[in-house]
Amino acid sequence: MITLESKVPHGPLETKWDRHRFSEKLVSPTNKRKVGIIVVGSGLAGASAASTLGQLGYQVDCFCFQDSPRRAHSIAAQGGINAAKNYQDDGDSVERLFYDTIKGGDFRSREANVYRLAQVSMQIIDQCVALGVPFAREYGGQLANRSFGGVQVSRTFYCRGQTGQQLLLGAYSALSWQIDRGQVRMHPRTEMLDLIVVDGHARGIVVRDLVTGAIRSHTAEAVVLATGGYSNIFFLSTNASGSNVTATYRAWKQGAAFANPCFTQIHPTAIPPSEAYQAKLTLMSESLRNDGRLWVPKQKGDSRSPEQIPEPERDYFLERRYPRFGNLAPRDLASRAVKHICDDGCGVGPGGLGVYLDLSDAIAQQGLEVVQERYGNLFEMYQRITGEDAYKTPMRIYPAPHYTMGGLWVDYNLMSTVPGLFVIGEANFADHGANRLGASSLMQGLADGYFILPYTIGHYLATTKSGPVGTGHLDVRAAEERVTNRVARLLRGRGRQTAASYHRSLGRLMWDLCGMAREEAGLKKALEAIPALREEFWHEVAVLGSGATFNQALEYAGRVADFLESAELLCYDALHREESCGAHFREEHQTPLGEPLRDDANFSYVSAWEYVPNGRPVLHKEPLVFEFVKPTMRTYQ
Amino acid sequence: MTFTLKIWRQNGPADKGRLVTYQVRDISPSMSFIEMLDVVNQQLTLKGEEPLAFEYDCREGICGSCSLVIDGVPHGPDRGTVCQLYMRRFPDGATITIEPWRAKAFPIIKDLVVDRSAFDRIMQAGGYISVNTGGAVDGNVLLIGKDQAETAMDAASCISCGACVAACKNASAMLFVAAKVSHLALLPQGQPERTKRAKAMVAAMDREGFGSCGNQYECEAVCPKSISVRFIAKLNREFLRATIEEPSPLAEQPADPHDESH
Ligand SMILES: Cc1cc2nc3c(=O)[nH]c(=O)nc-3n(C[C@H](O)[C@H](O)[C@H](O)COP(=O)(O)OP(=O)(O)OC[C@H]3O[C@@H](n4cnc5c(N)ncnc54)[C@H](O)[C@@H]3O)c2cc1C
Ligand code: FES
Repeated sequence: MITLESKVPHGPLETKWDRHRFSEKLVSPTNKRKVGIIVVGSGLAGASAASTLGQLGYQVDCFCFQDSPRRAHSIAAQGGINAAKNYQDDGDSVERLFYDTIKGGDFRSREANVYRLAQVSMQIIDQCVALGVPFAREYGGQLANRSFGGVQVSRTFYCRGQTGQQLLLGAYSALSWQIDRGQVRMHPRTEMLDLIVVDGHARGIVVRDLVTGAIRSHTAEAVVLATGGYSNIFFLSTNASGSNVTATYRAWKQGAAFANPCFTQIHPTAIPPSEAYQAKLTLMSESLRNDGRLWVPKQKGDSRSPEQIPEPERDYFLERRYPRFGNLAPRDLASRAVKHICDDGCGVGPGGLGVYLDLSDAIAQQGLEVVQERYGNLFEMYQRITGEDAYKTPMRIYPAPHYTMGGLWVDYNLMSTVPGLFVIGEANFADHGANRLGASSLMQGLADGYFILPYTIGHYLATTKSGPVGTGHLDVRAAEERVTNRVARLLRGRGRQTAASYHRSLGRLMWDLCGMAREEAGLKKALEAIPALREEFWHEVAVLGSGATFNQALEYAGRVADFLESAELLCYDALHREESCGAHFREEHQTPLGEPLRDDANFSYVSAWEYVPNGRPVLHKEPLVFEFVKPTMRTYQ
Repeated sequence: MTFTLKIWRQNGPADKGRLVTYQVRDISPSMSFIEMLDVVNQQLTLKGEEPLAFEYDCREGICGSCSLVIDGVPHGPDRGTVCQLYMRRFPDGATITIEPWRAKAFPIIKDLVVDRSAFDRIMQAGGYISVNTGGAVDGNVLLIGKDQAETAMDAASCISCGACVAACKNASAMLFVAAKVSHLALLPQGQPERTKRAKAMVAAMDREGFGSCGNQYECEAVCPKSISVRFIAKLNREFLRATIEEPSPLAEQPADPHDESH
């Protein structure tokens, strides 16, 4: 039976983190050398944590499944990273970033965590600059900013359209330094397949070497998961192909509660799906909404080309529905607005799944050169994929699964319900509530990794006595056996279907029944269909090759198998949450105008699900207390 | 569309490897090259044959995983990554040859997958600014002119895919190292370790078995991020500068600030 203790310090919001840091016990420098920490993941969260822990003197082992830590999915982030620097003097402050994030998350996150995130945000920028991240600059040499989805101040720092890449290269360079110093041992092409829990504490992981196929255990004094999000449960998403739920899902089965699994974000601006074989949706950075206007023809089924449709016959639907925020309305609202307008038959492009994102006004007002400089690489990408020139005809966009606010439950110290198991970055649930604002995931990943975890993990290590755990330990052997059996079971698959075909079916099912809009009947249907699909997978899947070599089919099939299990968890969560909040929209709970209806009286809590072997997951609730902001109905009208 | 594919199959580092011919049908022009290979793998799997091993992750031209030599050209006919290449780029009925990156420093793991960890080791030799987390000064304290920041960004755009190496007759990694060295040498933050970095990274490059630069610029021609060979000239200057500027005898053995024995 798990208990959810948030460990939020008492007292004024502004000083919680400072006081907490002071009250935390420290590990002495000599002892640090004797302490081993495992960090799974080398994205922004994992690389920043591993390098900082290495710098502090711990013995760190860092793992990723890619061939190099620098290729983690964070590399793909485009738009930017937020920080409450107020360099533009436009009224930004820690309070405002805090408030925007709480409100953007539709009052489903913890005040104390979010406030700390806003406080730490400023240090992140300084740290990244020190590491040599080439942020965009003004002519005078100062850091440049832009405004980004859902806020009215300009607080986003960026490196062209490659912000994630540059931030990750910064963290990777810090990591490389620690590897060179011998403080971090890097294990690329190594996948974590289970968690080792000894006497209730996380003490290691079981991994498969993706080149040799060897299954091995690593033990340590604490384990950090920084394994990213699970949007690929929808098959088509903006995530990298390898992004998966395996690490967090396996940890769930070992006792870590999974929080708010149904809070999945659908990004409004991706290139629409075109054909059945498609394996990925490409994001068009949200920054385009700063200068671009979304519209559809007012006339249903209007087949004229966009240039031929005169101004009065266009519906700028975001500007119409949300006059104050217009095209910058938050992601959840924008995505649903696009879906509605397409469901109404006004969509454009193949299958009517698309709306125009038009930058012609910006080009006319600011000049082609300015637009090119800002978004050139996005226009180029669009052209490559669609074969269309967006300087001449507006882009078409459609929403796509993008980010998961849900993740393993963590307390204020970023520790899960399994002592010694810490979870950072997108893999945890902590800071974004029911909806994440643009440019705040990079901020959170780096906040967790550079500035928060390195403190809080120290306290755990300083206050926990842990005896040695050798690779011969019974619990270690049991975990290894679970992994070996599962791999062997997958390899027995000699059926007539590929793992991809099951992934695709699951994705379609989840998109239809647990996607942008959900309702009771559909969710119940999904809960019946998923076990059946999973059953079929285990009977019919073909996994060729051997386990003792490089075998991508095996890796992939294992990930799909975990998606097929965790999908149920999403549906249970979506079914029980009888309200519409943030990215979670229940058809049954909306105003006559189609705006979401949140239910604070009954649902102002974090849902944290506990794994029960062979049974339904059990719900635990962490009540959300709002001491400093008053939850209001989120209006962007 | 229909294609004849000649694909390099090699069952492991010890295997000799060979080109195997496959036919694919019903390929749509708007399919990406990788989606087309997904179709091949689906066919192979359903026939009970082991699918092709090839790498990709982001599928949007930024992670640098994808790495195929298509008809003799790394990343194929467009100057972009394989994952951003679409079948409409090929004439219907074409025969397409697909091979892995070939370089001594990039040993083949299986089929089209190579080991590029040499790049990571070059980075570990000095491709960083050694600053600790915490205590950084305000980001605006360092004023960096827009042009300078943009040039640093041009260099920093490198995705470490290794196409430059695969394109070079000598399998030289000069463009990669040049991009990395230049990025930091162009920024004020990178100055304190500028000399040491250039020397260490060039030494690591030599150690890894990459060839020398023959000034043919095949690297620039295939670079999906259009990294300019001007950065190679910059690296040469940096390296020269580093060899001339021998550290003064007093600082010959700079103490590791993290060494706790002093
Ligand atoms: C296209 C795109 C654009 C985005 N743009 C922005 C933006 O502009 N601003 C913003 O703030 N956010 C953006 N995001 C979101 C943001 O990029 C991610 O949320 C964030 O990078 C996640 O970082 P992370 O470190 O938590 O995980 P990731 O970067 O996903 O890293 C996960 C790591 O875990 C490893 N891993 C996973 N499972 C295992 C396993 N079982 N065993 C071993 N290793 C494992 C992987 O190898 C990898 O190293 C964007 C996302 C996408 C998809
Ligand atoms: S798959 Fe990432 S660059 Fe091609």
